[in-house]
Amino acid sequence: MTIADTARTMEPNRTSSWVPVCRVDDLEVERGAAALIEGDQLALFLLHDGSIHAVQQRDPYSGAYVMSRGIVGSRGDAPTVASPMFKQVFDLRTGTCLDTLGKERHDLRTWPVAVEHGIVHIRKDPR
Amino acid sequence: MARDTPPKHSRHGDATPSVYRDGMSDNTLTRHLVVVGAGMVAHRFVESVRTRDPEGRWRITVIGEEDRLPYDRVGLTAFFDGATVDDLTLSREHFVDDERVSFLRGDAVVALDRDERRLRTASGTVVEWDELVLATGSYAASLAVDGFHLPGVFVYRTLDDLESLSSWVAERKGALDRPVRGIVVGGGLLGLEAAGALQGMDVEATIIQSSDRLMSAQLDAAGGEALARLIGARGIEVRTETITTRLDPGPHGGVAQLEFRDGSLAPADVVIFTVGVRPRDELARISGLKVDKRGGVIVDAGCRTSDPSIHAIGEVAAMEGRCVGLVAPGYAMAEVVATRLLGGEAEFPGYDLSTKLKLGGVDVASFGDAFGETPGALDVVYADPVAGVYKKLVLSDDASILLGGILVGDATAYASLRPLIGAKLGGDPSAYLLPETDGARPATGPLPDEALVCSCNAVSAGRIRSAVTDDGCTDVAGVKACTKAGAACGSCLPLVKRLVGAELEAAGVTLSSALCEHFASTRAQLFDQVRVAGLTTFSEIVTRFGTGRGCDICKPVVASILASQGAGHVLDGGRASLQDTNDHVMANLQKDGSYSVVPRIPGGEVTPEGLLVIGQVAKDFGLYTKITGGQRIDLFGARLEQLPEIWQRLVDGGFESGHAYGKSLRTVKSCVGSTWCRFGVQDSVGMAVELELRYRGLRSPHKLKLGVSGCARECAEARGKDVGVIATEQGWNLYVGGNGGFTPRHAQLLAEGLDSETLIRTIDRFLMYYIRTADRLQRTAPWLEELEGGLDALRAVIIDDSLGIADDLDAAMALHVDAYEDEWKATLDDPEKLKRFASFVNAPTTPDPSLAYTAERGQPRPATDAERESGGVLIAGTTLEVRR
Repeated sequence: MTIADTARTMEPNRTSSWVPVCRVDDLEVERGAAALIEGDQLALFLLHDGSIHAVQQRDPYSGAYVMSRGIVGSRGDAPTVASPMFKQVFDLRTGTCLDTLGKERHDLRTWPVAVEHGIVHIRKDPR
Repeated sequence: MARDTPPKHSRHGDATPSVYRDGMSDNTLTRHLVVVGAGMVAHRFVESVRTRDPEGRWRITVIGEEDRLPYDRVGLTAFFDGATVDDLTLSREHFVDDERVSFLRGDAVVALDRDERRLRTASGTVVEWDELVLATGSYAASLAVDGFHLPGVFVYRTLDDLESLSSWVAERKGALDRPVRGIVVGGGLLGLEAAGALQGMDVEATIIQSSDRLMSAQLDAAGGEALARLIGARGIEVRTETITTRLDPGPHGGVAQLEFRDGSLAPADVVIFTVGVRPRDELARISGLKVDKRGGVIVDAGCRTSDPSIHAIGEVAAMEGRCVGLVAPGYAMAEVVATRLLGGEAEFPGYDLSTKLKLGGVDVASFGDAFGETPGALDVVYADPVAGVYKKLVLSDDASILLGGILVGDATAYASLRPLIGAKLGGDPSAYLLPETDGARPATGPLPDEALVCSCNAVSAGRIRSAVTDDGCTDVAGVKACTKAGAACGSCLPLVKRLVGAELEAAGVTLSSALCEHFASTRAQLFDQVRVAGLTTFSEIVTRFGTGRGCDICKPVVASILASQGAGHVLDGGRASLQDTNDHVMANLQKDGSYSVVPRIPGGEVTPEGLLVIGQVAKDFGLYTKITGGQRIDLFGARLEQLPEIWQRLVDGGFESGHAYGKSLRTVKSCVGSTWCRFGVQDSVGMAVELELRYRGLRSPHKLKLGVSGCARECAEARGKDVGVIATEQGWNLYVGGNGGFTPRHAQLLAEGLDSETLIRTIDRFLMYYIRTADRLQRTAPWLEELEGGLDALRAVIIDDSLGIADDLDAAMALHVDAYEDEWKATLDDPEKLKRFASFVNAPTTPDPSLAYTAERGQPRPATDAERESGGVLIAGTTLEVRR
């Protein structure tokens, strides 16, 4: 979920379960950052177009919590991250595994992201 | 997941068990298929039906006795090589993850009511069927000897068996102050696997075989003998023609010794019986199905039992009057029944008893008519007892048709030969048996389309060809995914690769040399483009020479190209986002997400003070330490946020980055040389230190390893390196293009008798020329192999300067040497760079809570999934407060 489609439709407000995580300035373009939110580990990615994506930090293929350390890129139109462990490639928007490298497909869980006053928020309940 | 309450089951004892004879209420056309057993054959059957029945004419319920998902029983021994239950678990896709499949696990079927077409399980669940498939498999046969049920006596059939075995061995190890002794009774396929598994657990293994040879069902006498020799050489004792008569307990109550028919005794702390399998036909027997007198449910060629609504497949099915304990025929039966239930015609094609086994590096294969039982059959035999090889081909009476064969010690020909059974052998049969020498491959004609290439998944050569020509597959991985060829045991993959290669070549397809979808050029082309254009950022480069935003392939390549051209620190100038995590955090990512840290120890020379510094750092941070193959010390288990603290301590102690993480110079290995050695003729350590300090940090297409030996004895193993230097009385000899690893290569002599200055200049040019022209991840060995003109051409370029680029190469290396800085220290000196080493953006010093360690041989190692689940003795991630 990107800012473009969440910020307008799901404006964070005080009553929803949106959790503030960090400042947008804390993120580096195309280099992920891990976040620890109520015991869950997430990987946040700020892309070149300013959109921010949140996926699970756990790499489903290795079980290690490393997704934020993968290389960000693109496959066709899809913004992607490649697991730093065994290099499976995932669509950052949906969490879909685009290149399983011959393994069974495992996708990443994603979270809605929104930005308000320069603060990155995550909607905590799973989509 | 398996549903808790599948729609069509009711608890036994309900007044009116719900009956949906015609299927689910929302679709009266849906029929109910019930599978008893959840092993490999059941899994294959369900997968086959589900993939071929997209509209869902069948709803399937699988009932499995083991409380597990179906797993790879053939690959069971991998459990002892560290494979987890997850690794062995078969695909969930068309099984538990499929909404049309219900899976009742941990429950056994106890009764079949054939008139009502319903069954009852041990837990009392009643399930009704329209069609029933028995896939109950086998159980491990037991021996009627005293002591068979003693603790410490195991069979080798299920994951539970292996888990009990492994914990028994661990317990015995702890209790005994000598090596644990193990005996495997039964020298068949499984017995050999079990012996290998024992050995893998450091148990002294002996195989007891009642007949005169190992694998007597697959091998002839000479093959069995060759195998016994090979197994013996690997430390496994083999006793043939030995009948076990009794097992005796020791004082601890567990098994302690075996007695044999000749009265002899053998001590044993653990015993595994692998004396065959018996079909699990008890359910069929009590239900009145026709059962073979030697066991097994009698089926016709369509796998139908004496009850037309009940089929039997796999090891429980007595087809052609016998049951066979191999998975491939079971798969074939699964396909037959799946085809018939979906309205097609199919008959069992007959047993294919081909087997291939690899045990601790010993290859054995047996296929077709291995014993030459066909009238008039001829044998062609090649035996080399010294090399431990025995090969036999069985041919038709005119020596033209291949009927079968046996391969022991070298089974590489298996993949090519097995599909040719029943076909004409193109060429001289002995060509398949003689050791392959360079360039002399057997003259194989093209494989007929109908030849079976993958027997596990029944894929023919024609199907593989059509995957390339019709389905558009362009590599082996694609063909494997598309056809499933090689997806089970993998033994046919070499052949699949050859077929795919030939088909692609025939189609005129040349494999693209493009780096990735973002760059059409090769790495070498891109290197020149970037150099000539003088570009320094990825954005400029991808805009000018590529498309899109890059990926995990091209970004590190561009980072490496820029680094080789003297761009500065790996994290500067927007290059941080291009780096693989190893280069990004200047440490090596390990399996659990922690990192290892390797300080540079040039030439392997280290002071006592230096060792104390490394030792103290490892101790304070709780790191696992290991000496590497490159004569230095690796510290494992460092968390991301600990790296700067660890570096600070190492840098203060006089160390710097060892670049173990980079595609760059790793180490220059050396022997002790003339300063101490009686035989050394030059100071190899001094030269190694000089070379390592000169090339440290040099980014290249792949890692670089160097070695320097002080005399011709070559203790530094320099000829296994990218650059090897060997001292002689006349000066240094320079070798290039050596490689260890997957494709070992000896380095080749480039120049002899060089003085130190010339040696270094020549290496400078060799490395720079390689860096500019090699492909991504291409080591010097394959680069040199592909270099047009080979070694002579290389000599012309870097020694005789035939291209006029020598000055340029020299200048590029000089730039590298001048610009070198320690990446760790530069990071420690820059607060902006240090920000990258936060564990979490919102909790920068909180350790990753998923890290867990356990102790092994006095040091930490990542805890396994099982250890985490059992909550055993875990060391939490190290949280030691460290003095600054």
